Amino acid sequence: MSTEEPLVKIRGLRFSRSDRVIFDGVDIDIPRGKVTAIMGPSGTGKTTLLKLIGGQLVPDAGTIEVDGRNVHRLGNRDLYALRKRMGMLFQSGALLTDLSVFDNVAYPLREHTNLPKSMIRKLVLIKLESVGLRGAAGLMPSELSGGMARRVALARAIALDPMMIMYDEPFTGQDPISMGVLVKLIRELNDSSRLTSLLVSHDVHETASICDLIYVISEGRVVESGSPEEITGSKTAWVQQFMGGRPDGPVPFHYPGAELADELMGGHPC
Amino acid sequence: MFRMKTIEIMVGAFMAMGILALFFLALQVSNLSTTSNGEGYVISARFDNIGSLKVKAAVSMSGVRIGRVSEISFDDGSYEAVVRMTIDKKFSKIPDDTFAKIYTAGLLGEQYIGLEAGGSDTYMADGGAIGMTQSALVLEEIIGQVLFSKASEGAKNAEGAK
Amino acid sequence: MLDQLAELGRIVLRAVAGLGRAHLLMLGLLRGLRDLFPRPLLLVHQLYSVGVLSILIITVSGLFVGMVLGLQGHYVLSKFGATQTLGVMVAASLVRELGPVVTALLFAGRAGSALTAEIGLMKATEQLSGLEMMAVDPVKRVLTPRFLAGFIAMPLLASMFSAIGVVGGYFVGVGLLGVDSGAYWSQMQANIDLHEDVYNGVIKSLVFGFVCTWIALFQGYDCMPTSEGVSRATTRTVVHSALAVLGLDFILTALMFGK
Repeated sequence: MSTEEPLVKIRGLRFSRSDRVIFDGVDIDIPRGKVTAIMGPSGTGKTTLLKLIGGQLVPDAGTIEVDGRNVHRLGNRDLYALRKRMGMLFQSGALLTDLSVFDNVAYPLREHTNLPKSMIRKLVLIKLESVGLRGAAGLMPSELSGGMARRVALARAIALDPMMIMYDEPFTGQDPISMGVLVKLIRELNDSSRLTSLLVSHDVHETASICDLIYVISEGRVVESGSPEEITGSKTAWVQQFMGGRPDGPVPFHYPGAELADELMGGHPC
Repeated sequence: MFRMKTIEIMVGAFMAMGILALFFLALQVSNLSTTSNGEGYVISARFDNIGSLKVKAAVSMSGVRIGRVSEISFDDGSYEAVVRMTIDKKFSKIPDDTFAKIYTAGLLGEQYIGLEAGGSDTYMADGGAIGMTQSALVLEEIIGQVLFSKASEGAKNAEGAK
Repeated sequence: MLDQLAELGRIVLRAVAGLGRAHLLMLGLLRGLRDLFPRPLLLVHQLYSVGVLSILIITVSGLFVGMVLGLQGHYVLSKFGATQTLGVMVAASLVRELGPVVTALLFAGRAGSALTAEIGLMKATEQLSGLEMMAVDPVKRVLTPRFLAGFIAMPLLASMFSAIGVVGGYFVGVGLLGVDSGAYWSQMQANIDLHEDVYNGVIKSLVFGFVCTWIALFQGYDCMPTSEGVSRATTRTVVHSALAVLGLDFILTALMFGK
């Protein structure tokens, strides 16, 4: 499988928002059937990367190919056809708050297929079962905990049996149990339905435990890439600090500013 | 499913209420119910002065509205105003020697045309003309007349006192 | 000096860019109408939240406005001994002006702000993004039904407002102040024209419905996806709608009645 053309091929990606450069020449390959993680500190534009792959944002330069097609050259219709084959799990879950759990999962099926009601019902229940929430089908999103909402969103993302699924910070703000559930789910879904998974996260240990390939990005560039073992054993000081979670190192604890003594004694009017 | 049903009922009720309100405005508030349905025949009359008579003013006979003024024009040959009025079809027996006069509803009200039936046995047909008319009373003229007569009275009294 | 000039330029550019985005959204909304016909249920839901939920405030306000018009009108008209034309005064002011305008202002406050907040929150909670990633166009699925609902609901609400207002004027004028009931209605019917007054009033409220809903949806769709952004957008909806309604009312009145 690894000899195949990668599912997502990013070349020379440049993107900036107003004055801030977010990506400055990024090359990433995401192989088929694997769990790939993109890691980096907060504010490095990991979510932006997912939106670029999904075609919601347009890069300043460079290309993003998904399954051999340049996402940003597609017309609206083709882009939507491509999106039907991509699932995305948003940080907040992004469930439609005015629909029940069942209707949320059924939503893409009702929008994009003409399946009969009974068929949709069965499919939805199967998807909910696979995330362990079949019993919650009648609840409204406001009645769910954060972890449950994410699992419902996951069921919705796989409702159309996509070829790839993108997870935006799936572990943030989860208690250890729901984190464990999600970690297990992501791996199982990937292996059982021959998905390609793309994971964006800064939770080092959970991510390292399930993924096959890690890209570490910082300040708009890929700093390091390789298997979890290679990354954890990296010699680079920056990667070591990030993976080890040390407070000081190449990334300084202090935000750049004037010397404390100067500022205290200098009597700046502010 | 039950909730959906109630929503549908409420929306149905809302639409019905809105349309009902619109009908209320059209029928009860506006002149839809009093305008004729356009069927009728046209007769004309010439006046020396129509005052402030307007198109759509009422045409009435014995106080009953039988039609509306449909057009007002000016004949620059005879220097008269030509008033065309549409009479409802059901009032088809207007004698051809009918007398037309411009009245005012109240002191400051709108002006309208009053028809007074004559005694003829033949009736007005479409396009017929009324021969006898009386112009509108113009307030300034009335006041002028009153002042003039008062003045002449005063002059007489003054003479008598001498 | 140059800085101020640059600031002015920036403001103008931002305003023009905003207008451009608003018009692009309008195009999207109009294009989305075609896809709405096979899905009437979407519209029913929005008619409920935009129309049915606004009935109470519209009818109560209409009743009171009509009653006030009855009182004030009677006060002025009695000076000229023309109280039998009270019905005309009440109905003309309601049908021509107050019905469409006050309804639009109330609509902007009641339904428009709710629309903005709803769309803005959907944006802030990534629901709109989520729809896009599910290959569902949020403009078509979420915004267009609301847009059409606002456009349909406004003239109906304005008609209710005017009708209830006329009845309110009747209560005060005839019931309280002793105007003749026959004169109230007959003078009204003789002087209110179906085309001139009623139709023009409906046209006004159609225009207001279009503009108010459009502004509300645009502000929600274009807001910053934060709680502060949503609250600002909601305020802007009410302010912009009110200004647009009053400005357009002047233009429409001049076009319709100012011969």
